[in-house]
Parts: sequence; C-alpha cells; structure tokens
Amino acid sequence: MAMTTASVSKRHPSPSAGATAKRRRPQRGPRREGLAGYIFLSPWLLGLMGITAAPMLISLYLSFTDYGVLTGIGEAEWVGLDNYKRMLTEDPAYWHSVIVTIKFALISVPLKLSAALAVAMLLNRDRIGIGLYRGLFYLPSLLGGSVGLAIVWVNIFNREGAFNAVLDIFGLPTRPWINEPGTALWTLIVLAIWQFGSPMVIFLAGLKQIPGELYEAASVDGAGKMRKFFHVTIPMLSPVIFFNLVMEIIKAFEGFTGAFVVSGGTGGPVDSTLMYTLYLYIKAFTDFEMGYASAMAWIFLVTLGIITVLLFNSGKFWVHYSDEGDG
Amino acid sequence: MSTLTMALTSRRARRAVWHLVCLGLLAALLYPVAWLVGMSFKPAEEIVSSLSILPKQIIGSNYAEAFQGSSGISIWRFFANSVIVAGGCVAGNLLSCSLAAYAFAKLRFRLRGPLFAFMIATIMLPYHVMLIPQYTIFQKLGLVDTFIPLILPKFLATDAFFVFLIVQFMRGLPRDLSDAARIDGCGPVRAFRSVILPLSRPALVTTAIFTFIWTWNDFLMQLIYLNDPGKYTLPLALRLYVDQTSESSYGPMFAMSVLTLVPIVLFFFAFQRLLVEGVATTGLNG
Repeated sequence: MAMTTASVSKRHPSPSAGATAKRRRPQRGPRREGLAGYIFLSPWLLGLMGITAAPMLISLYLSFTDYGVLTGIGEAEWVGLDNYKRMLTEDPAYWHSVIVTIKFALISVPLKLSAALAVAMLLNRDRIGIGLYRGLFYLPSLLGGSVGLAIVWVNIFNREGAFNAVLDIFGLPTRPWINEPGTALWTLIVLAIWQFGSPMVIFLAGLKQIPGELYEAASVDGAGKMRKFFHVTIPMLSPVIFFNLVMEIIKAFEGFTGAFVVSGGTGGPVDSTLMYTLYLYIKAFTDFEMGYASAMAWIFLVTLGIITVLLFNSGKFWVHYSDEGDG
Repeated sequence: MSTLTMALTSRRARRAVWHLVCLGLLAALLYPVAWLVGMSFKPAEEIVSSLSILPKQIIGSNYAEAFQGSSGISIWRFFANSVIVAGGCVAGNLLSCSLAAYAFAKLRFRLRGPLFAFMIATIMLPYHVMLIPQYTIFQKLGLVDTFIPLILPKFLATDAFFVFLIVQFMRGLPRDLSDAARIDGCGPVRAFRSVILPLSRPALVTTAIFTFIWTWNDFLMQLIYLNDPGKYTLPLALRLYVDQTSESSYGPMFAMSVLTLVPIVLFFFAFQRLLVEGVATTGLNG
C-alpha cells in the first residue's frame, strides 16, 4: 500500500513538491515500522493464540464431549449437547449455583456501589489528611481477595466469633452465621461490600470532574441538597456509575476465594455458598468431569456477554455523556 | 465580629465532625484487620469469643509456631515460592505488556486496529473459559506442579489490562520525543529502549505493583496447578494449615494469616498514592 502511493506521487510531481518529499520520509517509516510492530507484538500474539484463543476453542469442543482429565483430548467421547442438557434439566446443584451467584451479585453490587458513592462524596473535599483517608478506605480492596482475610471472616462470623459477641452486648439473638444455610452467603456479601474502596476511588475521580458551576447554578435555582444530588451529581456521574456497575457485576460473578475458604471448598452448608465458579472448579478438579465443566464455562461466558450487552444497551437510557449536549 | 467568630467556630466544628465521622468509619472498616493482628498475639484460651483487640498478655509463640510452617515444611519455603511466582509474573508482565503496548501506541502497521480491538475484547474475558484446556495442555507438557503454568502466560502478555494501561500512558507521551528520536536515526528498538520505556516508568510501576499484589493474593490458579506441598505458595499453605487446625492452634493460624498480608500492607504504604491514582485513572479493579 505504502509503496503504491509513493510511486504514484513520484510520477506525478505535485505543485507542492516540498510537501511530498517531506511526506515521503515518514512513509518509509511505516514499512519498517510494520515489521517492527509485529515483532514487538509477537509475545502478545503468541499468548493470544496459544493461551487464550486455542484453549477457548478447545473448551468449546470439550463441552460437547465426555472428558475426564485422564484421557487425551483426542479420545474424548463426543456426546453432542448432553452436557448442556444434563446441566439445564437434571442437575439441581447447577441451578442452585446459578441462583446463589445471581443472589450474591444482585445484593452485593448495589450495596457495594452505594457505600462507595457515599464515602466518595464524604471524601470529596480538600481537607488535611484527605490522601491518607482515601488510601485507608481503599486498603480493604487490596486485602479482601486473599485467603488470609477470608480466614478472618470465618472467625469473626462463626459461632464464637466477634460478630456474635457484639450482638450479644445489644441483647440480639446470635447464630452460627457461617454454618447456617440461611446466612452463610450473607457473610460473603458483607465481605464483598467491605471492599468498596476501589469503586470509591473511581467515583471520587468522577466527582472531581463535575464542574462547580453546575452546583452554583442549581443553588441559584433554589435546589436543595437532595435535588442537587439527583439532578446534578447522579446524571454527571452516570458514566462512572455505569463503568463501576459493569466491572463489579463481572467481579461478583467471578468470586471464588471467599466462597472456597468460607465453605472449606464445598460450597456448603447445603450448597448455600456454591458460587458458579466454585461449582465449576468442583466439577472440573474434584469430580474430573471436565467436559461438563467446559460446558459450564461456556454458558458462563455467554451469560456474562449477554449481561454486558444488555447493560450497554440500557446505558442509552440513563448514562449521560457531558459532551453530548455540545455537539 | 461575633458573627464572624461564630462562623469560624462553626466551620471548625464542622471540620472536626467530618474528621470524627471519617475516623469512626475507618475504625469500623479496619476492625477485622486490627482484630486479626490482635488475635495473632493472644494465647489460645484468650482467643475464643474475645471482642477486645488488645491482648491482655502479648505472646510471640503463635509466630514462633507459624514460622515452623506445616507438614514439616518451613514457612520460608512457602514464602520463597510465593516470591518466585509473584516475581516471575511481575517480570513477565513488565516485559511482554510494555512490548505490546509500544507496538499499539507508537508503531503503525496494517492490522493494528483489529488487533487492538481483539486485545480490548480479551480484557473482559472470564479466565474460567480457558481454565480447563490450559490445564490439560500444561498437564500433557508435564508442567503441572511447576511454577511455569503460573508464570509463562504473563510473559505472553495475557493480562491485557496492563497492555491497555501502558498503551494509554504511552499515547499521552509528547509526540516530539519519538519524532526527535527518529530524526536522530533511532530505529523502533532504540526509541523504545532509550526514550519511550524510561518515560513510561509510572505506568510500569503501577503494572508491577498490581501484578505483585494480585499474584500474591491469587488462589484459584495456584490451587489448580500446585499439588506438592513443597511447591505450595503462602495462600495454599495457609489453606492447608486451616484444614489441619484444631481449636487449640488458632493463634498460629492467625499469625500466619498476618504474615501473608504483611507484604501487601507494606506495598500499600510504600506506594499508596500510586496505587490509588492507578485505580482512579484507569479503573483498575483491585
């Protein structure tokens, strides 16, 4: 492509010959750059093909087979849609894991984002020590995904734990939160909300972008704090809310470590913490039903894809981009 | 005059209230962490059902026991394994992601657009779809129970998020610099090494810190690929410890939990501003 253009311009010298000559130099660049580009990209390309694309296709294939880890991929027995059929019609644990995961996401994400926005608004001012406050509120986001912290959670919420001791002081009924099917998932929800720091930091960055004049104008119009919040803050922040919503929903669906540690790797009690990814892990690496687990993985991928597309489409109705008005 | 002083005092009072609210919230938020540290210094009989963070009697024996490790393997071994895995991942991400980012941000080639779109698409891809075939492949290669399945993908820039982060940063670098380098006869390799890479340090540091913390905390991958307790990283060792723990040895378990979290807290205090800014500017999700 670059060569053709260069030869054409040579044959038809344009009035601005100087400009053409100038343009020719960078044009030689792209050809050398082209090769260099692919060389620089080669590790990534190799990863894209070998670590991402090929395994994805293999897992799609495996999802139609009866495959345990002991046989070779070539020996996997083709069973058509059996895995999918079994999953959707014959496996109550599968549906249980779907419901647990949806419940976890539906409850934890809105609460986490509300906490994040509330604290971000609290911290959105110039005060002494604001940087340190911001950092310390963010700290749980770094710690919360670890096994060490999940262990803390188990011990705070178990029968003899600190949480019950607090309830006891106030004369409230205590219970073994971790060991009761009705409450075990709630301890994981609280653990998720506890990590509101990272969406908070993102909200804070968004709040700083809102021009102060908008609030002043609203004040002039006689708007109170509530009206300012709903008519200035929320619309101006909606792109950031949208971003956080997408990221947190994906993260909620992928939650694994907490559920694994709290339930001792079983998803118990009575499957109440059987998050989707935990069930996938159990199917693949405890039961060695890897074909079935691959089918689960693909349903997971497709579902997350659909949710993302739906969210993006819903965004048209409630996400306002500030430059829209100018155009 | 009096209205002015009143206004000032009320302003000062409001600020004091604001600080109190923040400190109160932080105290509640960080209570579990403080609780863990307190418990790790308590004797066994004091641990059960105790709300107080401060031990009546501080003991170090929990740590002494934790340092002995479990299953006859010293905790230093687990620590070293975690350092190797996290260090390898940091090196891999720095190298491969900066190479790919440079190509996307500064070099022109025909498939750049479509490939960039592919890269963005892989950011959102749930890891679980690749999990089983990747495991099978590494198993056939005889690499299960080594650190290679954990580290090798990082050398192939599979953490697309960091590629994106560095691309964004490199695009923000002034064009004149790379142009000047080119006029001076720098090829892409030299321009990358001597101009772009040194200037991208903030993005590279952010990449390194987050890679370290994520790998250090990671559980699923390490759980799947490492079976031999001698190869265990700290999270796996901790899990093993929990499984073997009876009520009497809660103390050492808490001590070991503290030890696994210490490097993260140290990183946090050393790079606090950079971490928070990394999240604020790129939406990195910690």
